[in-house]
Amino acid sequence: MYTKILQLVLILILSPFLFGVINKTKAFFAGRKGSPLLQLYYDLFKLLGKGVVYSTTTTWIFIAGPIVGLSALTVAALLIPFAGYSAVISFDGDVIFFIYLLGLARFFTVLAALDTGSSFEGMGASREVQFAVFAEPALFLSLATLARVTGQVSLSGIFSKAVITSWAEYGPLIYLIFGAIFIVFLTENSRIPVDDPNTHLELTMIHEVMVLDHGGFDLAYIFYGAAIKFWLLGTLLMGIFLGTSSYGWGQDCIIFILGMILLAVVVGVVESVFARFRLLKIPHFLIIALALAVVALILTMRP
Amino acid sequence: MNAVLSSLIILAISGLLALSFNRFAKLSNFIGALGVVIASILGLGSIFVVYKTNNSSLNIPWLVPYGTFSIEIDFLSTLFLFPIFIVSALAAVYGFDYLKHYFGKKNIGRAWLFFNLLVASMVLVVISRNAILFLLAWEAMSISSFFLVLFEGEKKNVGRVGLLYLIATHIGTLFLIAMFVLLSKNNGSFDFSLWQITASGFLPSIIFICALIGFGTKAGFMPLHIWLPEAHPAAPSHVSAVMSGVMIKTGIYGLIRIITFLGIPCAWWGYLLIAIGIISGVLGILFALAQHDLKRLLAYSSIENIGIITIGIGMGVLGMSINNPVLTVIGFTGGLLHLINHSLLKGLLFLGAGAVLQGAGTREIDALGGLFRKMPLTGFCFLIGAASICGLPPFNGFISEFIIYFASFKSLFGSAAIALISMIIIASLALIGALAVACFSKAFGIIFLGQPRSVYCQQAHEPGIFMRISMVILASASVLIGLCFPFVVGFIGKIISEITGKPISTIEMPLLNLVNPLIYIVVGVLLLYIVILLLILLRRIILRKVEIKPVLTWDCGYMYPNSRMQYTASSFIQPVVDFFKGILNTKKHVVKITEYFPDSSYFKTETADLFSETVFRPMFKFLRQMTEKLTWLQHGKLQFYILYILFTLIALFIWKL
Repeated sequence: MYTKILQLVLILILSPFLFGVINKTKAFFAGRKGSPLLQLYYDLFKLLGKGVVYSTTTTWIFIAGPIVGLSALTVAALLIPFAGYSAVISFDGDVIFFIYLLGLARFFTVLAALDTGSSFEGMGASREVQFAVFAEPALFLSLATLARVTGQVSLSGIFSKAVITSWAEYGPLIYLIFGAIFIVFLTENSRIPVDDPNTHLELTMIHEVMVLDHGGFDLAYIFYGAAIKFWLLGTLLMGIFLGTSSYGWGQDCIIFILGMILLAVVVGVVESVFARFRLLKIPHFLIIALALAVVALILTMRP
Repeated sequence: MNAVLSSLIILAISGLLALSFNRFAKLSNFIGALGVVIASILGLGSIFVVYKTNNSSLNIPWLVPYGTFSIEIDFLSTLFLFPIFIVSALAAVYGFDYLKHYFGKKNIGRAWLFFNLLVASMVLVVISRNAILFLLAWEAMSISSFFLVLFEGEKKNVGRVGLLYLIATHIGTLFLIAMFVLLSKNNGSFDFSLWQITASGFLPSIIFICALIGFGTKAGFMPLHIWLPEAHPAAPSHVSAVMSGVMIKTGIYGLIRIITFLGIPCAWWGYLLIAIGIISGVLGILFALAQHDLKRLLAYSSIENIGIITIGIGMGVLGMSINNPVLTVIGFTGGLLHLINHSLLKGLLFLGAGAVLQGAGTREIDALGGLFRKMPLTGFCFLIGAASICGLPPFNGFISEFIIYFASFKSLFGSAAIALISMIIIASLALIGALAVACFSKAFGIIFLGQPRSVYCQQAHEPGIFMRISMVILASASVLIGLCFPFVVGFIGKIISEITGKPISTIEMPLLNLVNPLIYIVVGVLLLYIVILLLILLRRIILRKVEIKPVLTWDCGYMYPNSRMQYTASSFIQPVVDFFKGILNTKKHVVKITEYFPDSSYFKTETADLFSETVFRPMFKFLRQMTEKLTWLQHGKLQFYILYILFTLIALFIWKL
């Protein structure tokens, strides 16, 4: 139990670090020095100490958005395994609870955006719910396919060390699922090629534009929530990728953390070498994820 | 049993009294509402008695040919009686305030007579055990709700809608009569207690198809649903809550009841039910998304939820036929619990819609906005209902959807066919869930948040105290039921034992699989509440001394953003609607801007029903053309009509000789 709690604490402490890694990688590609690795921690502390500014249009929903969002993601962090070791809470069907907690966070973020009455934030909210229409079935199908392959229906079961032993054993199926989840991962975390976290043109943003009017304290909750979400969905990828033999808890954890840093580097590379898709193309991109999951599913039907 | 009978009598008497005191609108209003409340409390009492002492039944011979006044309350009946009494009582309390608006303009006594008759007939439908009695109750239910739909009959279109409803419901009844005749001919009696089909062959399947069409029309299965999005919005809001919340569930009741008479079901019945469920679910929510009228949106969302319920029931039926206890038990549990949840939620949302309609005077989503400031309590209740109907934790809607997902996840490991159908169910539920979030974030966000979009919002106000009480009770039920599911599962086991005819011991094993996850979810939900509280507390502590500055919404440096710059409901859903345009076929009316300094312009979208446009309209047109050729028979000469009757009688005599 202590190790499980320690894992949770590690998730909560380490997740903002990955954003620093992404920014360093992007800075490297751009030939810049870049912001410090711990920049997000500095930002969070600075924001927590700042005052807040509220539009006269908003109601308490605007304040509730970041709070419910962060709470839902924190509870979701209780369900996610760490380095192939069981999570704090693990039960049959926790996959469903996990995805719906992400849905709850989305619902309140969207409502907080609509609460401002700004057309930009309405635009972002509209895109967010549209992309979820494709991303959610893709994520569900991928995890259900993994469930069928591994014979487990809990996240900790699916991603435990004992189950996925090698990529070779499962063959192309695992590549397909990895691809599908990777696309969902990029979308849900609003990274390039779906969304650009760095753009400053409101018209082209999705997630950033939804939180345009949030500042100070509330923004700290939102940034921290985004960092946790990155870690949670990243675990789904790394759980597949690193599912090899065990070297004992301590070493496994170090390998897993290094894996997550590698994932952040990969995201940084993707952001540096890819351009953003046109908004109209993004549903097609997400349907690729759906198609990959369906093909993987068909492969599991072999006798 | 006595309690239910007396509640039926109270409903009838209070309805008649309300009608007779019609001149004194206040008194009539009071009597009508009070009757429903007292009858419901009595009725709920009878449910607890049945729960303690098992079934109770009553059999009285009757003068009606083939009929006996045979009623029985078993566990399956109580499952349906529970939402009928709760939602009707709260709708009546709400209606007490809601109808005050119509004093002096409308016939209040008549409205209560039909409302009370509607409640009484719904109760009678789920407890009657004789085909004739059932059909009588079924007709009373349809007719009384028909008159309630016509409450505002002077409005444009309401008459046409009422007629559509009347025709649709009678086409359904036609199939029910055929089904009952087949069943009773096979068993030699009209009493349910004597029915048991053991015969193989086509007969059970024919009966099943008749039940599917007959009850499906009432339940709103796609494509038999076309009356539903027309009729439910036309009725007064508390009636819409009863119609959408509980009346359409009697269709599901009938279907389950008939399945219990048919022995072991065929596998294809289960597949068919699942397919209907998926089609109703996905298309229901897609069309809900595209609506601009709040009550129409809610009506389409009812079709979606009927779809989810049917998926659960279908899995149960499939499990019965292939003898898979996990699929049977968990599938039925999910379907039945979602039925209860949806009754309460759709009741809540329709009551909220009524409060918006009465407060702001319109139900056009695009004309509303910023109502949260004027109607904080209504808004809060509507928010809980909206989050819950999307299946989001920590509310009750999540739990029942979770159980249906759980049944599919548990069936992933079997044969390829079952695994495939489970995958399709999982993907469809995920799609439905994501679309529901889009739909209800639009409904809540555009109506209650942002700035007022029209003058309608200026005079908006909270509804009367009784309307508020009803909404608050339903909203708190949604939060509490989310927490107490692990403890009602045992009761569901008894119902499933009745449906499948298997002993309770075989049901309990698969149910135990479910209890553990449900307890964990309750723990997770409690943790969620705790984390929310902690984060609020942290915010309080840190922001204690900070001054909060009110400013305008950021609008790119442009000063004074106004309400017309906001996103509207149409623009919010435009990307999704455009993507699914092949199905939705949304029509856009737009004046193109061509000049550099354009004049006034407008943009409007409307989405007509897919099936009513592509199937029913052409079909009825064809029927009309065919029947027009027979008009020479109908020439208005009475003598000839009497001659027809004579010929028919002679023909019947010869046939019987």
